[in-house]
Amino acid sequence: MSIVLTPMEETITLEPTEVWLSNPPLTESDAAPAAATPAWYRELQQKSWERFNELPVPTRTNQHWRFADLKMIRFADLATAAPASDPASLVARAKANRPADFSAHFVFANNRLIHSEIADLPAGAICLPLNEALAAHGDLIRGHFLQETQTLGGDKFAALHGAATLSGLFVHFPKGCVSDKPVLVHHFSGGEGQLIFPHTLVVAEDNAAVSVVDIFESIAESEQTLTVGVVDLIADRGGKIQYVSLQNLSDNGAKHVQINNTRAGRDASVKVGFINLGAAWVRNESLNRMTDKGADCQIFSANLANGIQEYDQRTLQSHEAQHTTSDLFFKNALYNKSRTIFSGLIHVKPGAHHTDSFQTCRNLLGSEEAEANSMPGLEIDADQVKCSHGSTSGQISDEEIFYLQARGIPADDARKIISLGFLNESIEKLEGDELKQYLFTEVERKFAKLDEDA
Amino acid sequence: MSQSLKIENLHATVDGTEILKGLTLEVPKGEVHAIMGPNGSGKSTLSKVMAGHEAYTVTEGTVMLDDINLLELAIDERSRAGFFLAFQYPHEIPGVSNANFLRAARQARLPKGEEVDAVAFYKEMYLKMDELGMDRKFTGRSVNEGFSGGEKKRNEILQMMMLEPKYAVLDETDSGLDIDALKIVAQGVNSMRSPERGFLIITHYQRLLDYIVPDVVHVMFDGRIIKTGGKDLALELEEKGYDWVTKELVPA
Ligand SMILES: Nc1ncnc2c1ncn2[C@@H]1O[C@H](COP(=O)(O)OP(=O)(O)O)[C@@H](O)[C@H]1O
Ligand SMILES: [Mg+2]
Repeated sequence: MSIVLTPMEETITLEPTEVWLSNPPLTESDAAPAAATPAWYRELQQKSWERFNELPVPTRTNQHWRFADLKMIRFADLATAAPASDPASLVARAKANRPADFSAHFVFANNRLIHSEIADLPAGAICLPLNEALAAHGDLIRGHFLQETQTLGGDKFAALHGAATLSGLFVHFPKGCVSDKPVLVHHFSGGEGQLIFPHTLVVAEDNAAVSVVDIFESIAESEQTLTVGVVDLIADRGGKIQYVSLQNLSDNGAKHVQINNTRAGRDASVKVGFINLGAAWVRNESLNRMTDKGADCQIFSANLANGIQEYDQRTLQSHEAQHTTSDLFFKNALYNKSRTIFSGLIHVKPGAHHTDSFQTCRNLLGSEEAEANSMPGLEIDADQVKCSHGSTSGQISDEEIFYLQARGIPADDARKIISLGFLNESIEKLEGDELKQYLFTEVERKFAKLDEDA
Repeated sequence: MSQSLKIENLHATVDGTEILKGLTLEVPKGEVHAIMGPNGSGKSTLSKVMAGHEAYTVTEGTVMLDDINLLELAIDERSRAGFFLAFQYPHEIPGVSNANFLRAARQARLPKGEEVDAVAFYKEMYLKMDELGMDRKFTGRSVNEGFSGGEKKRNEILQMMMLEPKYAVLDETDSGLDIDALKIVAQGVNSMRSPERGFLIITHYQRLLDYIVPDVVHVMFDGRIIKTGGKDLALELEEKGYDWVTKELVPA
C-alpha cells in the first residue's frame, strides 16, 4: 500500500496571486511588547514590509529559481500563527526526544516561547528569545541582524521575515566563551495556513565557541504551515560556530524556507548542517562569506526525500580574503517521485589568493521517478587557488548490497542501511558524538517510516 | 541427516564462459579442508557461487549444506542457514559503522519482534576484537573504508566470529597479511574449530597451513579438483610448484 499525498495545488485552493498577505505579520507578545523594542528595529520592520511589497514573486526567469516548482510559492491567505492549544504536551514531546547533552533548551510553538531551560551555559553567554533580547541587548544585535544585502533568491522571504514578529534565539558568546554542548531550540508549528518566523542569530566573539541546533516539527500532520526563517551566523577572530537545522515537519502540507547568512572572520570556523527529513517543500539558502584571512566554512546537508517532497537548496561560498577555505558536502537520498535541487556557487573574489574551496553534491536515486537536479558553479578571480566541485547521481551498487546480504541481511534492509550510511557520511562531519547519534537516529526513523508507507 | 558441506559436479559460468567445470568435494563437519591452486583456477568463483553472487550462473551440480540445498536459497538466506564466506576482496560500505553493520547481521538472525541486546553485543564484540588485536576505534569506522589489506581481512574474521557459521569458506584470507597478522588470524580460526563446524580454506600459499593445519588438502586447477590428499600435499605442492600440478596431474 502506498500513502497518498495530496498535491499542493488541490489543498491550497487559491488562484495564483501576487499578494501573499495583506498586513504585516505582527503579533503582540507579553514578554516583549512592541513598544519596548528599539526604534531602529521598528524602523527596520517598517522598511522590510515596504520592501516585501515591492519585491516581485520569483518567476522562472529568476536564475535563483531555476528548476524550482513555483507552484510551491503561490501563497494567499497566510496568517500569523495563533497560540498552540496544548503547549504542555509540546514541551513534553520536545523533552522526550532531544540529545541528552545540551547547554540550554528552548521550545517555541507557533512563534511563541513556551519553555526555556538553562542547563549549563558558560558565564557571560547570552541566550535569549530574540524579542526579549531586542529590548535588553539591542545594541549587540543591531550590527549583525539581517545585515546581508546579497541574496540567493529568497529576498522576498527575507523581507517578510524582517517585517514580522520573530521567534527564535539570540545567542551571543563573548570573547573566549566556550561550550561544546549545543543550545537546543525546538520550533513547533501548526494550524491551517499559519506562519512562523524563527530567527537564529549566533555571534561568537574572538575565540568563543558555540553550537546551536534548531529542530522543526509540526504540531499535527497535514496542516499547511509555512516557516519563514533566517539564520545569521557571525564568527569573529578565532571564533567557532556550529549550527544545525533538523527539519522534521509534516511531509503532508508543511513548507519551510530557511535563509542562512554566515560571516566568518579572521581564523574563524563555521560549520553549518541542514538535515531535511520532513515538509512538503523546503527552500534552504546558505550564503557563506569568508571575510578575513584563515576563515573556514563547512556546509553539510543530508536530505531524505520521499513521496512528492521537494528540497530546493542554493548555496554560495564566497571567498573574500586570502588564505580562506571552505568545504561543502551535500547528500540527497531520493525515493518515489521526490525532487531535489542543488545550486551552489564557489566565488573566489579578486585578491582572495591561496583559497581552498570544495563542493560536492551526491544524489542517491532510490526510484526511477525521483529527480535530482545539480547546478554546481565556479567563479575564480584570484590566483593560487585550489578548487573542485563535483556532483554525482547514482544508485546503490549491487556489490554493496551483495556484501550485506552475504552477512544475512535481507536485500531491502541492506538498501536501507546503505542509504542511511550514505546520508550519515554528511552527518559524520559535524561535531559532537551525542548530537550525531541523535541526528542519525532521526534519519533512521524516517527510513523506518518509508517502510510503513511502502 | 547429512553433516557436511557437499559440492557435487558443480559447473558455473560467468558472462557465458565456463569457469567451474564439474567440481566435487565434501567438507564434513569438524574438519578443515584447504583448497590450493594457481591464480585463475576458479577458487574465488567457487566461493562466490556458493555465497550466491548473481554474476555467476550455475549450469549443473549441487551444493548441500547439511540437508539444505544451498543453491536454492537467496544470498541472505544462505548466510542465515549457516554459510559464511570471508571475501578475498571485502567491499567498502561508506557511512555504515562496523558496529551497526554487525548488529544488523545479528538482528537479521533473530525472530521478528526480538531485538539485539546492545550491551551484551558490544561486550562480545569487544572481546572478539581483542582476540584479533583490533583497536576499538574500528567499531565506529565505516565498514572496510580506508582499512589496510590486513585490517580488512581481520574484519572478515571478526564477522565470522560474531556470526558463528556452520561452514566457513575463507578466500585467500592470508594474502596481504604479515606474519604476525597471519598468526592472529589463524588463532581466530583455530579458536572456532569445533566438531560442529567445517572450514574450507582457500589459499595460494602453503604458509597459512602451518598455522591452520588442515585435515585434507585439495588441489584445484581449471575449475576442477585434480588431486586430494593429506596435509603433506600442501608441502609437496610448495616444494614442486604449481608447474608440477599442471604438467603431471592434469590428464592430457
Ligand atoms: N566477470 C568475469 N568475466 C569473465 N571472466 C571472469 C570473470 N571473473 C573471473 N573470471 C575468470 O575466471 C577465472 C577464475 O577466476 P577466479 O575465480 O578469480 O580465480 P582464482 O580465485 O583461483 O584466482 C579467471 O580466468 C578469471 O579471468
Ligand atoms: Mg581468488
